[in-house]
Amino acid sequence: MAEQNIQRLLAQRSFTELGARERARALLDAGSFRELLDPFARLMSPWLPKQGIVPQADDGVVVAKGLIDGQPAVVIAIEGAFQGGSLGEVGGAKIAGALELAVEDNKAGTPTRAVLLLETGGVRLQEANLGLAAIAEIQAAIVELRQYQPVIGLVAGPVGCFGGMSIAAGLCSYLLVTREARLGLNGPQVIEQEAGLDEYDSRDRPFIWSLTGGEQRHASSLVDGYVSDDVEAIRSELHGLFAKGKPELERSRRHAWFLERLRAVDTSVQADAAAVRSAYQGA
Amino acid sequence: METLSFQFPAGQPAKGRALVGCVGSGDLEVLLEPGQAGTLAIEVVTSVNGSAPRWQQLFERMFGEQQLPALNIAIHDFGATPGVVRLRLEQGLEELNHG
Amino acid sequence: MTTAQQQRGLHWFQALAGDAQSIPGLPASLRVADGELGGQAVRYLAVIADADNPFPRARNGEVGLLEGWGLAQAVDEAIEADRDQAHKRALIAIVDVPSQAYGRREEAYGIHQALAGAVDAYARARLAGHAVIGLLVGKAMSGAFLAHGYQANRLIALRDAGVMVHAMGKAAAARITLRSVDELEALAASVPPMAYDLDNYASLGLLAEVLNVEQVTQPTATDLSRVKDALSRTLADIAEAPRDLRNRLGAANRAASSRVREALRAQW
Repeated sequence: MAEQNIQRLLAQRSFTELGARERARALLDAGSFRELLDPFARLMSPWLPKQGIVPQADDGVVVAKGLIDGQPAVVIAIEGAFQGGSLGEVGGAKIAGALELAVEDNKAGTPTRAVLLLETGGVRLQEANLGLAAIAEIQAAIVELRQYQPVIGLVAGPVGCFGGMSIAAGLCSYLLVTREARLGLNGPQVIEQEAGLDEYDSRDRPFIWSLTGGEQRHASSLVDGYVSDDVEAIRSELHGLFAKGKPELERSRRHAWFLERLRAVDTSVQADAAAVRSAYQGA
Repeated sequence: METLSFQFPAGQPAKGRALVGCVGSGDLEVLLEPGQAGTLAIEVVTSVNGSAPRWQQLFERMFGEQQLPALNIAIHDFGATPGVVRLRLEQGLEELNHG
Repeated sequence: MTTAQQQRGLHWFQALAGDAQSIPGLPASLRVADGELGGQAVRYLAVIADADNPFPRARNGEVGLLEGWGLAQAVDEAIEADRDQAHKRALIAIVDVPSQAYGRREEAYGIHQALAGAVDAYARARLAGHAVIGLLVGKAMSGAFLAHGYQANRLIALRDAGVMVHAMGKAAAARITLRSVDELEALAASVPPMAYDLDNYASLGLLAEVLNVEQVTQPTATDLSRVKDALSRTLADIAEAPRDLRNRLGAANRAASSRVREALRAQW
């Protein structure tokens, strides 16, 4: 018994310790990984060098085709270590373009499904309006692809998923998080700057995780799965969800349910984790 | 930000390509590809201005000791220490040998 | 005075929707009404300031929890009502949104998901064959614009210094990127996607049209007529075009966006 536990412990592989490329490789069936527009293609940001910022050869996004549980798939991984995973023109186009091609595949009878590995602060401010426009196109493509195949988002950390890409996360057929993950619209510092320290203390880590961390989001039914930081566990979860197929009604279509719950909230007091879990019970 | 170029004598072109690292703060990415026979060419894009002598010194130490295959090496550096640069280059060369 | 305080969105909504009744059952910060434009059924939608918003951080025209889900409801109801109609009503998003709402309640209750609700509905409407137009009369900022306007088939902007599209306000953007506002503005002069003015935004190729008006805060009769003509023309364009967003590609300042797509296709 103890022997088996030791074996399992040794076999565990941390997902969050992997970079974007290795994360994508780990989730595709062994040997099926094929990267598109790899770093050697050198499609880099036209805008960063003008500002004295060193570009990355893949602009911080990895697009890899392959198989997931034997089915054609594309895994799109954002590299959180480059510019906080923020999206510029090229990285954004890689994501939108790959999703658009997956849609075309499905229209032609090939059931290409997509996984999005979301490690991102949202729009890259150094490319502001091109990042924002790309995110709108990513969102459009998710909604379109979702009609054919589940689109699964995974937020693993350490960066988390913020900004316009948190909205994209909310559009996914299924959303998975780890304990280390955070999922929220506005970065803590921006909220503190806009609304003051009393409203949001950006340096209070337990506070931030208590509201936007993976465990809380799962307990509030804002995500579909809470996975341990382990490659096999995550692969298994993905296979299960793809086998399950499209959800009956995506979370982002449940306006009636959410409006009813929000109208019952006592907004005269500040929000806390328990209040949110209670408000969203039984989702 | 600066772009710097360096060249060293080398042997026959390497086989295969390798990529290591990431342009995070204090880190760098290194792309290694086969080069023109006889030449090891390195292009460095770095966030640290005025660092040409440091790079020259580091490369001389690394490539002075051994003769390498002909390579084109591209470095995108975001303020890595010489220790980290050396580590990434060694990782890259090792990947080339495995690939 | 902010554009939302000028109530541009409300004034343009009232001018365009005319006598049409605002649809009940929606948050008070939304104005939604069905009308008619050149013989076609249209639904106008606007987000306006609501000083009595139950959510205190969403009282100045920001798109918050109620606004996101409320837009989703208003658009979804149009999709449902027209499901079996050959001709689906157009959706005209009147855009004057200073930002998403910033607050503890907002993050806690999942504002990202509320805005996703709005994006979802607008995108599905467009895919189902509803023509969607974003009419920019004031600010069109970040998450708020993603939720209300950015899923449109076509974007039309009024020519005015108060019409501004961006991912983050100048002061906040400067702080986050560790620059001064002056430095940011200097950079914007040579980096079009970073700029805050309409001409630079237009150079990205995302706008179908920019319209001159006499009085941007409160339209004159001439203004109204000009805008209605533009909207009608645009509806005719949309009717002949694919339902996706590919018409936003092609400007010189977006060349890389096309190159990436071509290369992906070649390697797919």
